[in-house]
Amino acid sequence: MPPRRILAIWLARLPLDRWRLAEGCAEGEGADAEPLALIAETAHGPRLAAVNRVGAAAGARSGTMLADARALCPGLAVRPSDPAGDLAFLESLALWAQRWGRWSALDPPDGLVVDTSGVAHLFGGEEALLADAARAFAKRRLTVRMAIAPTAGAAWALAHHGPANALLGAEEDPAARLAQLPVAALRLDDDVLLLLRRLGLKRLGDLSGIDRPALARRFRNRRSAAANPLIRLDQLLGTVPEPLLPVVAVEAPLVQRRLMEPIRHRELLDRVLADLAADLVRVLEGRALGARQLELGAWKVDGEVIVRRLELAAASRDAAHIVRLFAARLDDIDAGFGIELVRLRVPWAEPLALGQGDFETAAEAHGTSLAACIDRIAVRLGEGAVRRPVLHASHIPERAQRWQSPLAPAPPAQDELAFHARPLKLLDRAEPIAVLYATPDGMPRRFRWRGTVHEIARAEGPERIAPEWWRERGGARLRDYYRIEDDTGARYWIYRSGLAGDGRGGAPEWFLQGLCA
Amino acid sequence: MPHSPPPAGLTRGFSAGLAARTEHWRPGLPATCRHGEIFAPATEAGGAGLAVALALDSLVLDKLSDAPDQRAWLWVQDKAARRLGGRPYRPGLPRGLRHRLIHVAADSAQDALFALEEGLRCRDLAFVIGEIAGNPRALGLTASRRLSLVAERHGVPLWLVRLDAAHDLGSARLRWEARSAPSLPPRWNAAAPGAPAWKAELFRAHTYQPGHWVLRDDGVLVADEGAFRPAGPDRDLDLNPIIRSA
Repeated sequence: MPPRRILAIWLARLPLDRWRLAEGCAEGEGADAEPLALIAETAHGPRLAAVNRVGAAAGARSGTMLADARALCPGLAVRPSDPAGDLAFLESLALWAQRWGRWSALDPPDGLVVDTSGVAHLFGGEEALLADAARAFAKRRLTVRMAIAPTAGAAWALAHHGPANALLGAEEDPAARLAQLPVAALRLDDDVLLLLRRLGLKRLGDLSGIDRPALARRFRNRRSAAANPLIRLDQLLGTVPEPLLPVVAVEAPLVQRRLMEPIRHRELLDRVLADLAADLVRVLEGRALGARQLELGAWKVDGEVIVRRLELAAASRDAAHIVRLFAARLDDIDAGFGIELVRLRVPWAEPLALGQGDFETAAEAHGTSLAACIDRIAVRLGEGAVRRPVLHASHIPERAQRWQSPLAPAPPAQDELAFHARPLKLLDRAEPIAVLYATPDGMPRRFRWRGTVHEIARAEGPERIAPEWWRERGGARLRDYYRIEDDTGARYWIYRSGLAGDGRGGAPEWFLQGLCA
Repeated sequence: MPHSPPPAGLTRGFSAGLAARTEHWRPGLPATCRHGEIFAPATEAGGAGLAVALALDSLVLDKLSDAPDQRAWLWVQDKAARRLGGRPYRPGLPRGLRHRLIHVAADSAQDALFALEEGLRCRDLAFVIGEIAGNPRALGLTASRRLSLVAERHGVPLWLVRLDAAHDLGSARLRWEARSAPSLPPRWNAAAPGAPAWKAELFRAHTYQPGHWVLRDDGVLVADEGAFRPAGPDRDLDLNPIIRSA
C-alpha cells in the first residue's frame, strides 16, 4: 500500500473571492478598488467577516466591530457576508477537487482535504500535482495555499503556516520540519491558543521540549481534539489516526427529452411534461425514492433557460400529481422561438418504499412489471417454461448455450466471436440428412431432409469444431460445419460428423443442426 | 381503388405530415400497427428472422428517449414449433438483442396464447414474438382479436409467426406471407450465403396497400429497389370480410 499523502487546500480569501466572482470584477478593480468589507450580523451589531486588501491597508481588520472599523477607515463600504453560500461553494469545490485524489473532505470554513495517496505519478510527481492545482485554482480566480504531507494535520499546518506549495516527504521527520511553525498550526480553539501563549509556548518545537506527562496532566480534562494540543500533535505526527468524513456526490435523478422540432404551444409542452413525469416516476421507482423538490428546465432555441421549481409536502412518486402541480406554474412561460429541450430534475429526494398497488387494476391500466409477467406465465406453464439463454464455455454449438431462470444474473462468459456466423435457431436434436450427391472435395450438392430434396446453391465452410476431449469419450468425432443456402433461398447449418478413415466409426454422417434467418 | 375507412384509433399509412400519399408499406415507417402475423414454412427460419427484423425496424422508430433500450423481449413457442424449427440460439441473434431474450416454451397453443397475452400486458418488454405451428383450434378469430386489443392497449408490438399454417381468419393489422429468398453474395466470398433476405407478401393490411417485397437485413431492414409489386387483382383489400366486421 502506498504511503498516505494528504493534500490540504486553504482558500485563504474565500468569502472575498466569491464576492468578486459574483460581482465579476478582478482583484483591485471596480468595487474592489475601494476599501470594502463583508459583514456578519452578530448580537452586538455588525462585525467584519472579511476585508479586502485596500481596506486592510486602511486599517480595517476582520473580526472588529463595524463601528470601530469605520472610525479608522470612514470610507469603508460594506456588503453582507454569506457563510451558507460559502459552505455550499466549498462542498461543490470538494467534489471538483476529487480530480486530484480518490476522496476529499471538507475542512470548514475555508479548507479542503484531498487524499492523493498513490495518485501523484499521474500528474508527474507531487510538485507537478501542486502546480496543476495552483493553475486550476488561479483559473477560477481563487486564492489558495496548498501543502502535501503524510497526515491531514501536517498538511493543514503547512498550508496555513508553512511556505507556499510545501511538500513534506514520507521519509522526513515531521516534528523537526514543523518545529518552527506557530502553535496555531495545531488547529486548536482560540482559548487553548490563548492559554498556550500565556504559558509561553509559541512554536511546535516548544511543545516537544516539555515532558509529555506534564502536558498530559495540564490538559487531562480536555477530551476533544480541538482543545487538547497533545491529541492534535499526535494527529499531526501520525501516531493516532484522524478520521475524515469524505464528500460523496449524490446524483440527482434526472430525465430529459430532446425535441426534434422546437415546441411553441402549451398543449405540446403539457404532453412532454406528462411523458417526463412518467419517465421520472419510473427512475424514482427504480431507486425507491420519492421527490421532495422538482425542477423543470426548458431550454429555448435562443439559448435561454426557463426554470420552474416546486416543493412537495411529502415524498411523492405520483406522475399525475406532478403534472397537475406543474400545470399551474407553466402559464407564464414565453416559448419565444420554441423550446428544444425539457429536463425534469429532482434535487431533493427522500427514500420512499415501494408500495404494492392493486395488482389487477394496475395491470390493466399500466401493464405489469417484468417480474410480475414472468411470475404469471410461470405459474401456469411451470417453472421451467420461462427461461433465458446464457453463454457457456464450450465449442460444441448445442453446449455453448444453456438456459437459466430469466431474472437471475448472467454468469460471466466470454463474448461470442464476431466472425462466427451462427444460425438463428438450433434444433433440439440435430437431424440426419441423406446426402444424395457430393462434390469430390466433400461438399454436398443435393440432400434430402424431412422428405424434401434440397439443391445447395451456395455454401461456406468447413468450420471444423473438434470434440472436447476433456468432456467426451475418446470415440467422439469432429464436426465440419457448413453454412448453406439452397436454390429457393432457405439457409441452413449442416455438419459432417467425422472424417472418412478417422477410425472412429463408419462412413461420416451428415446432420442438419440449425436454421438460419 | 376505394378503401374501407379504417377503424377508430388506426391511422391510414403514416399518420400525419407525410400523410395519405404513402399508402405502400416500406421499412422504416413508424409502427401504427401493434399486431402483425407472418405465415412462413416450418422448414426454414425465415419467418422468425423476418419477425425479429420487423420488430427491430419498428423499435428503432419508437425510441424517443435518450436512454438506450435495454428492455427484455419475449419469444414464445409452442411444442410443435419447437419440434419443427428448434429453439432460438443466442449466438445467432442480432447483437443488441442477444442478452435480452426471454424464452417461453409452451406445451400447447392455449398456453402459448396465454403467455403471449401476458407478455403484451407487460410494460417492461420491448416486443413479443410468438411461434405457433399449424392452425390450432385455440387460435381462432376471437383469440386473435384478443391479442390485437391487448397489444394496442398496452403498446407492445406482437409479431406472430405461423408455421405451415393456412390463412385462417385473424385480426392482425398486418398479415404477411414470407419465405426465405436467395441472398446477395457477400463482398469477400461470393460463394457463401449472404445477409438474410426474404420474399414477403403483405396480403392483408388495415392501413397499407397490399404488395410484394424482397426484404433484406443489412444491419437495418431494407427493401430491394424495384422489387415492390402491388398485389394482384384477386388480393383486394375490400374483399376482406374480417376488417368489415371488426
